[in-house]
Parts: sequence; C-alpha cells; structure tokens
Amino acid sequence: MAVNDTLAAWSDTAFTASIVVYSVAIVGYAGEYAFGRQGRVARTSAAQTGPAPVGTIEGPPNRQHMATRLGRVGLAGTALGALMQLLSLTLRGIAAGRAPWANMFEFASAVALVAVVAFLWVQYSAPKLRHLGLFVLVPVVFVLVYAGLELYTEAAPLIAALRSYWLVIHVAAAIISVGVLFTSGVLAALYLVRQRYERGLIEDAPAPKAIVALGPRLPDATVLDRLSYRLVAFAFPIFTFMVIAGAIWAESAWGRFWGWDPKETWALIVWLVYAGYLHARATAGWKGTKAARINLLGFFAITFNFLVINLVVAGLHSYSGLT
Amino acid sequence: MTVVEALSTAPEPVAPLPRGAGPIALARRWWRALTSMRTALVLLFLLAVAAVPGSLLPQRSLSQSNVAAYFAEHPDLAPWLDRLRLFDVFSSPWFAAIYLLLFVSLLGCIVPRTRQHWRVVRQPPPSVPARLDRLTLSQDTAVDVPTPEAADVAVATLRAQRWRVVRRDAAGVVEISAEKGYLREVGNLVFHGALVVLLAGLAYGRLSGYEGSILVEEGSGFCNSFQQYDTYRNGPLAGAGDLAPLCADLDAFSTEYADNFTPTRFRADLTYTRELGGPAATYPLEVNSPLRTDGVRLYLTGHGYSPRFTITYPDGSQFTDLSAPFLPEDPTTLASTGTLKLPDRPGEGVGEDDQLAIEGFFVPTAADLGDNRLVSVDPRPLNPAVAIVVYQGSLGLDSGAPQNVFRLDQTQIERGVLAEVASGNLFAGQSLTLPDGTEIRFEGYRQWAALQLSHDPGQLVVLGAAVAALIGLLGSLVVRRRRIWVRCVPAPADGPQAASRTVVQVGGLARSDNPGFAAQFQELVDAITGPVARED
Repeated sequence: MAVNDTLAAWSDTAFTASIVVYSVAIVGYAGEYAFGRQGRVARTSAAQTGPAPVGTIEGPPNRQHMATRLGRVGLAGTALGALMQLLSLTLRGIAAGRAPWANMFEFASAVALVAVVAFLWVQYSAPKLRHLGLFVLVPVVFVLVYAGLELYTEAAPLIAALRSYWLVIHVAAAIISVGVLFTSGVLAALYLVRQRYERGLIEDAPAPKAIVALGPRLPDATVLDRLSYRLVAFAFPIFTFMVIAGAIWAESAWGRFWGWDPKETWALIVWLVYAGYLHARATAGWKGTKAARINLLGFFAITFNFLVINLVVAGLHSYSGLT
Repeated sequence: MTVVEALSTAPEPVAPLPRGAGPIALARRWWRALTSMRTALVLLFLLAVAAVPGSLLPQRSLSQSNVAAYFAEHPDLAPWLDRLRLFDVFSSPWFAAIYLLLFVSLLGCIVPRTRQHWRVVRQPPPSVPARLDRLTLSQDTAVDVPTPEAADVAVATLRAQRWRVVRRDAAGVVEISAEKGYLREVGNLVFHGALVVLLAGLAYGRLSGYEGSILVEEGSGFCNSFQQYDTYRNGPLAGAGDLAPLCADLDAFSTEYADNFTPTRFRADLTYTRELGGPAATYPLEVNSPLRTDGVRLYLTGHGYSPRFTITYPDGSQFTDLSAPFLPEDPTTLASTGTLKLPDRPGEGVGEDDQLAIEGFFVPTAADLGDNRLVSVDPRPLNPAVAIVVYQGSLGLDSGAPQNVFRLDQTQIERGVLAEVASGNLFAGQSLTLPDGTEIRFEGYRQWAALQLSHDPGQLVVLGAAVAALIGLLGSLVVRRRRIWVRCVPAPADGPQAASRTVVQVGGLARSDNPGFAAQFQELVDAITGPVARED
C-alpha cells in the first residue's frame, strides 16, 4: 500500500502549525500572569491559608481587563493547537492507511494531544484554573519540538507484526493513559510548589524565592491535589487495560502473554508506581507531599520507558522507526 | 468514624511489647507489621526497583547470546552479577521473595477486610447520630405534613435512588439511616483478590506448560515431541506423555513487502494432523494469527532461506537437493550465513576424514560489485547467489560434544584435520569442482519458517483474573460510599397546626473523596422535602 505523500506533507504542516499556535497560547498565558498579578482563585486561597503575602494587590482595572483578554488568547490557542494536532494525526493516518500511532514520533504527538485535552477538561470542570495552561503547554511544546527534531519518522506502512487491530486498542489506551498522567504530573508538581508556599506561610519557614513568586498565583494545594488524583484515577484503569490488551496481543503475536521484554517490565514498573500513588494517597504519613512525589516518579518512569527503553535497550517493542 | 471502619490505612498506635512476651505475641506483632499498608507500599516500590536491573541487563530468559556477549565484554563484573542472579532477575529467589511477601501482605489485608465487609453488608446502616449539624453536610427543613408522612416521603425518595434504607420509629420521632456505595469496597476486594488468582494462574501455567521451537524447511515437517525440537522448555508437571499429538508440515512460505522492503506479511501454509494418522487439515499460519488447537498454539516466529546443493562425487554417486537453513545476518536484505555439513557420503570404504562441509553466505538478490564480493540488495529471492568455502576432512561430529549446526567446529580446522579445499561465488545452476573432482552445484533455495509451539493451561485463568481485577478496580475508583441520615421530628407545639408540622433534619457523610457530594446532597434534600415543603 503506497503512502500518500501529499497528505503526509499536509500532516507535517499541521504539526508545525500546532507548535506555533501553542506557542502563541503560551505567550497569552504568560501575559495573563504579567498583567493580572493574581487570579481570583489564588486570592481566595491566600485568604484561607493565612495573611496575605506581599504583592497580592490587584492590578489596576484596565490591566486586569488586558490580563483576561490575554488569558482568553491562551485558551483559544490551546484549543486551536489541539485541533491542529488532531488534523495532523488524522492526515498522517489517512496518508499511511493505518492508525496514526505506530512509531515514537506519532506516539509522542498523540500523547501531547491527550495531555492538552486532559487540561481542557480540567479547565472545563474548574474554569478558574485557566492560567495553569502555561504549565501544561510549556512541557507539551517541549515534547512536540523534541519529537519533531529527534523522533521524526516519515509516514510509512506497518511491518507485519504490527498489523493487528490490537495496535489500535493497545496503543490508543497507552496514549490516553500516558497523556492524562502527563497533565496529572504537571498538577502534582504545581501542588508541591503550592504546598511549600503554604507551609512557608503557616510555619514561618521561608520558601525559596521562585516559590514565593509562583505560590500566590496557584490554586489551593488541596484543589491541585484532588485534580491530580482524579486524573490518575481516570488514567490508571486505562493503563491497566493497556497492559492487559498488550498481553493479549503479545499472546497472539509473540507466543506468550508476558515475557519480561524490557518494555513490558517497565509497563509493570510504571503500574506499580501509580498503584503506590493511589495507596499512598489514602495512607497516613504518605498522603500529600509524598504522594505527589510518587506521582512525579511515575511520570519519570513513563518517560524513561518511552525514551531509554525504546531507543537504547533492545527489545521486541523497538518500533521507533529510527535508524 | 468508628475504629472498625477506619481499618485499612490508619496506622494503629503500637504499644511496646511487654517484657517476656511469648513467641505468639511476637509473631502477631510481625504479622501486623507485614500486613500494614506501609509495609505493602514499601514492598510495592521494592518490587518496582527490583525489576529495573531485569530490564537493563541482558536476561537469559530473553537471549542467552546477549548474556554471553555481556560476559565477554565485562569479564570481571559479569560473574559477580551472575552470583546475584542479575541475569535471571525474574526467576531469582530475591525477586520471588519480594513478590511473595507482597502477596502475603496483600492476603493479610484483604482476608480480614472481606470478613469485615461481609459483616457491614449484613448489618443495617448505623443509627442516626445525635447531632446531625456536626456533619459536614446538614440541613433542617420545616414541612407542612405530619411526621410519619414526611418520613414516608424520605424513605420512598431514598429507595427510589437505590439507597439502602432503615427506618426506626420511636416516640413520635422517625429516624432514617441510608447508605450507598457498598460496591466500592467489593470492587477493592475483587481487585486485590483477582491479583492473587492471577499469580496462581501464572504459577500453574509455568508448572504445567511447555514450549518448543523448531526450524522447518518447505516440504518438511515436525511432530510435537521434545526430541524433535531445536530448543524446548517444560514445566515440572509437564511430562513427555502430556504432549498433544500434533504434527505439521510446511507446504510453502511466502512474504509480501512494501516499497521500502518493510515486510508487510508472512505466511506459512501448513498441513497438520491432530493425531497420528488422523485427518489432515490446512492452516495459513501468519504473524498475529497462530494455529490454536487442542490446547496448544503454534506460532510463526521467524523465516529465512536454505540454499540447495547437489553434490556429485568423482565415482558418480550423488546427493541431490541437500539444504541447510541459513540464519539472516541482516534483517532488511536477509543476507544469511550458515553451514551445510556432510558427514556421510555414498559408496563404501569412506572414512571419517573424508567428510565435507560447505560454509556459505547466501544473498536472495545479488548485486555485482565487480570485485567478486556478493551483496544483497533485496530481501526477495530475485537473483539468489551464494559465496561458499568448502572444507574437507573430519568434522568432529563423533566427539560427543554438541555442535552448532550453523557453524563449523573451529578447533577441527586449528588441529589441521579439516582443511579448506575450494571457494567461490555461485549463482543458481552454477557449480564448483573440488581438487578431488567432486562437483558442488548450487540449485537455488527453499524457505524455512521458525515455528514455536506453546502450551500454557494457566493463561485463561490469568486473563480471567486480569479482567476481574480491572472490573474491581473500576468499581473501587468509580463507586463512592456515602451515608444519609434523616430525622423527622414533630414541630414544637406553638400553633394550631403543630401536629401536622415536621422538621426534617438531613445529614450527609461522604466516606471517600467525593467532590460532587455536596451538590448531590442538596438535590436529595430538595427531593425529600420538596413534595411536602411548607408553603408559607
């Protein structure tokens, strides 16, 4: 089956466009920070957690207005960028005549898209958190640029082993769970910042400068913790399903459902870490900061599994398409 | 929450063990420590950490040759790693110790929790607390109906929403306790219980299963028996007599490629019988599409070429159509290497030192580089050619030591009992004549398929357990445990209609993280008091 080069080229253009649009959105979000000084959520939470720290005075009304506008630019850019990415993946799928997630470049792009969609959901369920878009989009753009520069692979047909409907099911589940865990990890990192800031207010333990600057603009630590948890609670069963679907596929493709292939082993490690997170969040002495760190550790394991195991360690999952 | 309900995760205060405490008390202390959530968490992370070296170091279970290469590269370090079983991590005692402890800890947690949840399910929801206003969610509403009627509405509303409801009437006051979300803990227990079953299924499959691999050339076949396999592994409970009597022949092998040599399809056409002398059936064996029959699965795991030769000895005797499988060196172009060994030759009075061996390099599509070197430019057999080196002498096959079928025993050459006698490049139909007059003719090729036959009686157990675990997991994450208490009290007698007035006090408690509960509580209060709300 021949690859449609015209569509593949358009897919690449849409990919580049999505990076540009996301970058505009980042400028919008950053502008909201610069002009707005502080959002409503942060003010309320600061009021709840103790004396108002220095620098919480509201900006002049016209600046506030400007901030809101820039924030909307950020939000619109996020949604438009996501649509561009969707277009890019769809075109690539049509061009190659298969599911558009069969190599590392396509996987990274799809994961970034899901992370953005997960964040859009966060915004939908808690509209006041709009300005957090900055912290999701910056790593997303980083992932996309890295994927475009280092992982880029031409649209190509599939090797025989990947020609199975399980490719659609197994990899789609991997993309959705990893993308959602990505956003959850960002929120966990923000939680740690906010937590440190709140501790600084209560315990008179001065926090580092960067945290003092960022802390007041973040929502309440409990809000971040809960959102981060809800995303893991959503993604973990999907990740579990991904492992099961992978095992079923491995049984028909490789002759065994589990064989300690490095990728399988790391899927188990990631699963164990997030299982640890879910338990830790319900265990005295582990909930809060420790649980958030476990969440970040989980995402570190996912990243390691994606980059090091695929590119450095040889295994059956070596499908990067890179030579 | 009472202590009984707080069971799972809260660390219990540990009193110091009294002096002279017996071994039972000590054992009990250890058991409690092992089954605590903190220990389970630590074991969980320990298991994750323990798996890491198994993914980064070469493992014998995956590739013996990679382990050997690692030994060659790190001659000092490798034996030490080996002593720590780091090349067999997943079958090592220390890895087993961690997961077995984790599962004991898990059992120690879920068995008492199962018993306790069983009791909770059979008991009615707890009675209404004295002070409902102390709960995070509570609301008092006055309604214009007598107390029993207001209570009827509340009970009906809760029942309609599938709450488990208990009504208690006492001295004109009606108290209603309702609870929902019992399936959360059920899901939790099913999830953890299913993991135990999964491990058991894994162990059962490992003990009673077997697996054999074999290379089969077009036109030949094999039967399911340990003697025939190139390599096999069988669990301690799988004896030679337990093997399904399957035999299969490879009729033809074909491959399809995309423009850039991406192999898009492999197909091995098989004829097989399920019992000796039974009716023959055919099956197109492909990657992702194994043959499943009688509890065994037959897979296509690899393919390659076997060059074919005809050898004519000086006395006129002949071997026609000899072939040996060559192993692909380059997966893209399928340039392959291998050896054809000829320990016997027709005729009489031939000694052991008159054996032949052909070492070769096979290319399915040869390109001429002009300097007598063969290069493969296409994995398809468009212009097959072979570069051979012929040896004559003693192959050393009778020494008793196992030999690699793809390579010559180099020590025989070093000892001078096996010597190179000729070499050359042959295209199909060309031949090479040895100094003694023996003619070696390259006839072409046939394809071979690597087949793997597996039997794992535990895998359906594992699949069922995994699916049950997933369902349980969903239940434990999606279902939310919550309680509603309603107290209907006759309004204070300060007016003529006092007897027909009721104050409905509602309190709610979410027993798990539940951000939507406040809204749900409000809806419920409106539903309970709405139909009978006081209109003034």
